[in-house]
Amino acid sequence: MGLKVGLEEKLPSGFLLTTVEKLAGYMRKNSLWPATFGLACCAIEMMAAGAGRYDLARFGMEVFRASPRQADLMIVAGRVSNKMAPVLRQIYDQMAAPKWVLSMGACASSGGMFNNYAIVQGVDHIVPVDIYLPGCPPRPEMLMDAILKLHEQISDEKLGANREKVVKEVEKAALAAKPTHQLKGLLA
Amino acid sequence: MTKNFEDHDSNNLIPRNDEFGLSKAEQDSKFIADQAPAPLLKQLLGFWVTFKSMFKKVNTVQYPEVKEPTAPRFHGRHQLNRHPDGLEKCIGCELCAWACPADAIYVEGADNKPNENYSPGERYGKVYQINYLRCIFCGLCIEACPTRALTMTNEYELADDQRGKLIFEKEDLLAPLRNGMVKPPHPMYPNTTDENYYRGEVTSAHPSQGTVNND
Repeated sequence: MGLKVGLEEKLPSGFLLTTVEKLAGYMRKNSLWPATFGLACCAIEMMAAGAGRYDLARFGMEVFRASPRQADLMIVAGRVSNKMAPVLRQIYDQMAAPKWVLSMGACASSGGMFNNYAIVQGVDHIVPVDIYLPGCPPRPEMLMDAILKLHEQISDEKLGANREKVVKEVEKAALAAKPTHQLKGLLA
Repeated sequence: MTKNFEDHDSNNLIPRNDEFGLSKAEQDSKFIADQAPAPLLKQLLGFWVTFKSMFKKVNTVQYPEVKEPTAPRFHGRHQLNRHPDGLEKCIGCELCAWACPADAIYVEGADNKPNENYSPGERYGKVYQINYLRCIFCGLCIEACPTRALTMTNEYELADDQRGKLIFEKEDLLAPLRNGMVKPPHPMYPNTTDENYYRGEVTSAHPSQGTVNND
């Protein structure tokens, strides 16, 4: 999920890199373009967040792109059925490299009240999720709150040598973690 | 029945009814609208709605800076309430967990020890978890609660980056200790039963129950 343009490899780690990191983070977080990916009722609230009253344009997000190639944030808004799962993964794979996933609502985050054979029990079984948003459906303020929390994450993101270090640590932790399908209790 | 451009009636901007059920090939040969630009006055008239909206009040809520209050009965995060002396209202009956359509609530009850009560009466909720990724905020748990222990607040900013963080434990859900409350476990108000608590007859803590919270 890192920026790979060949520029950051040539940069010396240290002061310059952190400055570039801050600048890139600032720019990325203020120009997130979400992919249009409404699956159910959450999408209605997502549309409301894009409209005049809540106005996502204030955060540089007014353009919901119909093509995943132009988007860098996937807002999974709604329940993901098993039939939709490969499509969702394909859309995620088609998105260009620095990309984030926001799991909006109870159904996308964990299956919600649909604990049955048709619904994927949490979209994190298919794609890595950066921020979970509870609610059924979450009101537009909740979506904006999640987006702002994601913005904070993005602005703190590392580049180049620092990025590799973080990625290695994350991968180590992910390999050591219990697979999602083995989790028991309320985490399942 | 083809028409050329000169034959076309320039006043007729709206397509005639008989033009609609035509095949694609026939439609291409037909003129649907006049290609000539509309008169200047008509063009300006199109901007009238745009012009009017310049004087309207701005509709946008500046959310992170200005937070519009929710409806008073908005279904937000849950809260486990307390009696006026600090004892918890939850008796660990699990009715909320049974009512929950999404299986988001997990309760484990336990027996109160004598003079070390967490709640008036026999039992208290020892483990209380709500999985906010499952919760659909329907409020059936609140309807089911026999002691009004579980209610909902208007707080809605719940997003987080890990699934585990969104399972709220009892400590996250419990109402804060207010002034004049005693932190449980402590004995019940002297010479009362749990019935007195439910009737609202215990209105403050007794000195024998422990040191009072004075934040």
